[in-house]
Amino acid sequence: MSTSLTTPERDPDLHTPLGGVSLTAGQLPRGAAPGTLVAAAVAGLLLWLLAGWAVVPCALLAAASYVVIVYTWSRAVEGPRKATDRFVTALVSGAFLLALLPLVSVIVTVVSRGAARFDAEFFTNSMLGVTGEGGGIYHAMMGTLIITGLATLISVPIGMLTAIYLVEYGRGKLAKAITFFVDVMTGIPSIVAGLFAYALFVMMFGPGVRMGLAGAVALSVLMIPTVVRSTEEMLKLVPNELREASYALAVPKWRTILKVVLPTALAGIATGVTLAIARVIGETAPLLVTAGLTDGDNFDPTDGRMTTLSVFSYYEYQSPGLFAEASFDRAWGAALVLMIIVMLLNLVARVISKLFAPKTR
Amino acid sequence: MAKRIEVKDLDIYYDKFLAVQGVSMTIQPRSVTALIGPSGCGKSTFLRTLNRMHELVPNARVEGSVVMDDDDLYGPNVDPVNVRRQIGMVFQRANPFPTMSIYDNVAAGLKLNNKRLKKSDMDDLVERSLKSANLWEEVKDRLHKPGSGLSGGQQQRLCIARAIAVQPEVLLMDEPCSALDPISTQAIEDLMLELKANYTIVIVTHNMQQAARVSDTTGFFNLQGVGKPGELVEIDETTRIFSTPSQKATEDYISGRFG
Amino acid sequence: MASSTEAPPRKNRVPRRPGDRIFAGVSTGSGVLILVALAGVAVFLVTEAWPALTAPAEDIPGGQGLVVYIWPLLFGTLISAVLALVIAVPLAVAIALFITYYAPRSIAKALGYIIDLLAAVPSIIFGLWGMNVLAPVTVDPASWLSQHLGWIPFFAGPPSSTGRTMLVAIIVLAVMVLPIITAVVREAFTQTPQLHQEAALAIGATRWEMIRMAALPFGRSSIIGASMLGLGRALGETMAVAMVLSASAGGITFNLISSENPPTIAANIALQFPEATGVGMHTLIASGLVLFAITLVVNMIARAVINRRKDFDGAN
Repeated sequence: MSTSLTTPERDPDLHTPLGGVSLTAGQLPRGAAPGTLVAAAVAGLLLWLLAGWAVVPCALLAAASYVVIVYTWSRAVEGPRKATDRFVTALVSGAFLLALLPLVSVIVTVVSRGAARFDAEFFTNSMLGVTGEGGGIYHAMMGTLIITGLATLISVPIGMLTAIYLVEYGRGKLAKAITFFVDVMTGIPSIVAGLFAYALFVMMFGPGVRMGLAGAVALSVLMIPTVVRSTEEMLKLVPNELREASYALAVPKWRTILKVVLPTALAGIATGVTLAIARVIGETAPLLVTAGLTDGDNFDPTDGRMTTLSVFSYYEYQSPGLFAEASFDRAWGAALVLMIIVMLLNLVARVISKLFAPKTR
Repeated sequence: MAKRIEVKDLDIYYDKFLAVQGVSMTIQPRSVTALIGPSGCGKSTFLRTLNRMHELVPNARVEGSVVMDDDDLYGPNVDPVNVRRQIGMVFQRANPFPTMSIYDNVAAGLKLNNKRLKKSDMDDLVERSLKSANLWEEVKDRLHKPGSGLSGGQQQRLCIARAIAVQPEVLLMDEPCSALDPISTQAIEDLMLELKANYTIVIVTHNMQQAARVSDTTGFFNLQGVGKPGELVEIDETTRIFSTPSQKATEDYISGRFG
Repeated sequence: MASSTEAPPRKNRVPRRPGDRIFAGVSTGSGVLILVALAGVAVFLVTEAWPALTAPAEDIPGGQGLVVYIWPLLFGTLISAVLALVIAVPLAVAIALFITYYAPRSIAKALGYIIDLLAAVPSIIFGLWGMNVLAPVTVDPASWLSQHLGWIPFFAGPPSSTGRTMLVAIIVLAVMVLPIITAVVREAFTQTPQLHQEAALAIGATRWEMIRMAALPFGRSSIIGASMLGLGRALGETMAVAMVLSASAGGITFNLISSENPPTIAANIALQFPEATGVGMHTLIASGLVLFAITLVVNMIARAVINRRKDFDGAN
């Protein structure tokens, strides 16, 4: 290479945008976007409080004006790309807040309305002979526990064994078919599961049958696929090396599965089962058609109608008693109890997976 | 303890694919036999056929014979579980059972098979096995802590202790040091030299120096070509293999001129 | 190959331990039991629905035959689920984007957890909420809509005075499937390869451009699959609709804000079943069979779409 070769002339068109421009140029001043947001919010508030507009149009107007101002300002100073970015940011955050609104409202309503009936009578009495105020959900809580417990007893062995089959034994067409139909089963509408259990029990006991066991069968149809899925995931996480180590110690396959594979995956499986319970414990529709409703204590799942919290809550609201307000309070109270149970189960699931997970390297 | 293994004309298939062809060798008791060779030449596959671990892969099968003293390992009605009772194995990556303590890991071979021992006998067995694996001093104060808390080298020695606790005749080691640092490797190599007084040891290794250091006999596996089955090129005393091998391929491989 | 002339492979001769045989048998049996149960669902529903299929038209509730009975229900089911999805999917994608890319790291995890938790809230609670809180709130906006946007068929009016309209049912359904869709989509976004994101950022992309270049293409089939799952859920949702919607049978209308609403299949079953007898009962089960068939198809498509994505994962 000869040194006489001069550096090529810089293409001015290519370099003007960057040449001599500082890295901080072409930006909105700090605080511009938050400032606009505050201004828009204040304007909205003023319209609401002083001009007497309704809340919803005020909020919409404030949000829209923020988006328009920031977008045009940014487009003028920062260019269209950055403006689009700011526009989408506002859109995404706005959508998030909008979606949060009903979800927060649900929780606040249930807690505030449900708390009205958190007294001793509510948790220790049934509805037997109660037509007006008072009464309790003891029978419904027991019913929920019994039916969900039975469903768990049915689902967990079947679900876990199926998962074991899929992970440890399953080959070929049968395994493929089971995997596929377990997936399909995940999407069965709960009311259809209820109808199935009803139809099954009608064949055994005749038309019009209602019993807790039928409810448990209906819930099992909903629960089994969840248990299979989560157990399968957990078993797949168990390193193959552990199985090999066990085989090399002359342990037969079934003992390897029972004593090495399952204990290693146990925390994850327990978490999955807990979440599956949480999913079905709040089910209403399948229990409505299978277990029905009764006012008094019935703790025998093979003998007639059995009340659960969700069905109780539904009926208290749908067909209130003499004092409608008292019925509504009971409905909300039962709903709150149900929600607390679901939340607790979720919490327990988290704790199990945190505390008892074995350290695999 | 320690038995002789006689392998004759062993072919290993995965489904229809012939992976290893025509291996014949005699593995002497109370000695270390090293298997060396390039990646993918079938030495690990071969090692696994010695205690029928290859059967975990669906459609894997062998033809030929493997006889331990007078027992045909592939004879009719031979239960692979009983084969493994006599031929233990240590793996490339240490794999202690994460749900078990150090003590339980060593006792796993018995406990998982529901063999009941008196507590004192079990204690003895665990102590003896850990001592044989040169691990006792390091873990005797934390026997009931999880095995996964140990360092990589300690974990591998724990796995060796676990393998010898069931008192096998033969110990197979599949690249037991490939995931370890030099100091841990040294500890395992020392251990092998001690263990060969009582066991028949077969080790697969990528590390030729290791083969030269620990083994009495060395077998060299090679591929005939891409897509062709692996085969045993030659097997001889280690000193002979590393000084005057009879095959050109062996010489090329150990002198680093491998293509 | 020599092996082809050999006697049957050796493993046939391996004796199997009784423990192994029993255990393998039991776990295989469980898997087969699931298949049998699913077949049972189909068979029992058909058997119990059969009398309604063969019954004379005037015996079916409404007196005009099965098709006339089920058609409005089917219409209500489809319109409520589809419109709920139209609302929920963009919001779910936005929430997933917000949690993955916009929210501060420290709260993103908590937000994800809350979304998962909301997916577990029982539908009876959404029903109570929709009936008590949401329905009254919509009365004024609904009358405004019918006055100013009445030319759109959706808002033809006259507005319901209770607010227990199709519109409210749709919103409640949207709120219910929102966490479910979000959870799946968020999962996909968190799995977007870091490399793709960094590649986009490294060529000077803004955050939105990075999302458009890396995250959305990667998550597209997940979004479709999640939407189908949400659709399946919305189609089958029972209690919330049963409680919110003040249904009047027979009305097929796109009008979302009047008091004349077609009910949905699931809600209709829940409302009628406790008092149903004879042919009425069989008719309800027949409508359940229709629902089962629809959700089956929707879920099969959803699974196929999601599984196809799994095939692509290997390439990344």
